[in-house]
Amino acid sequence: MIKRLTLLLLLAGIGSLFAGLVLTYVPDETLNLTASYYAERTAEDLGAANIVTAIIVTYRGLDTLGEVTVLFLTAAIVGLVLARGKETAGKPQRQLPPPGELLTTGTRLLLPLILLFGAYVFSHGHLTPGGGFQGGAILASAMLLLLLSNPARRFSHRLITLVESTAGISFVFIGILGILLAGGFLDNRILPTGTFGELFSAGAIPLIYTLVGLKVGAEFSSMLVSLSETEEL
Amino acid sequence: MTLSIALGLLLALAIVVLALMAVRGKRSLGISILSAGLVGLLASVMFLLLAAPDVAMTEAAIGSGLTTFLFFFVLGRVRRGEHD
Repeated sequence: MIKRLTLLLLLAGIGSLFAGLVLTYVPDETLNLTASYYAERTAEDLGAANIVTAIIVTYRGLDTLGEVTVLFLTAAIVGLVLARGKETAGKPQRQLPPPGELLTTGTRLLLPLILLFGAYVFSHGHLTPGGGFQGGAILASAMLLLLLSNPARRFSHRLITLVESTAGISFVFIGILGILLAGGFLDNRILPTGTFGELFSAGAIPLIYTLVGLKVGAEFSSMLVSLSETEEL
Repeated sequence: MTLSIALGLLLALAIVVLALMAVRGKRSLGISILSAGLVGLLASVMFLLLAAPDVAMTEAAIGSGLTTFLFFFVLGRVRRGEHD
């Protein structure tokens, strides 16, 4: 009884809090100082058509490096925890039911399209919505489809690690090049900004986002692959 | 303007109902997982309405795509373990 009453009181409290927020909400008529700086200067300074990408990769590039590092740590910990079951890998596997015709054929048809779409999303991050994280997740979903259609399939951990670490090191290296050649860490103007709105424009942004996309895709894939390899337990 | 507000309210209502189904659903775990995935999908539509296509893409790819698949993957694994 008392428990239920406390719960009701808590809910009423949260409800009144949100009601207060909603009722006193007045939308801003103009952009605030930081937002208007980004909105006005991005196209001119960095040559990126997508302001969100310009903020994520260049103005707040250090935060992105931090996010990628957090994701890397997560993938490493998942791999560490799940790798324990691998000692029994030599045992004969349990017979799995074969995947359906629909899944097999669908995978064969969709896999190249999904991979292409992922590459499109992260290489056009400076022009259209999307970018490295989204593209990487799409790449990983292609991996997931492969795993679903054939759970016994094995992927080369060495290749995934190679892609992941090369992309990470290149990302940091481009950032340091920014200090040496342009205005600061992760400045994208180490390459010419080019014509506004073209694929090869906005300096190093497409390069950085391609690296981030490969890195994120490799990290998600390594998590999925580690998870599927616990099968032999 | 009023149309987008009405659409947003409808979406919010659907999200709340689906979230309740995901948390309190007693019929099967599969339906709960599907409704959780639908919450993510509708949330990404909501982000699109709020003019944040970048967030919408992330939510659609990770929140409703990868997470749902992962849940089903683990559910299948747990079920197979039960039969042994």
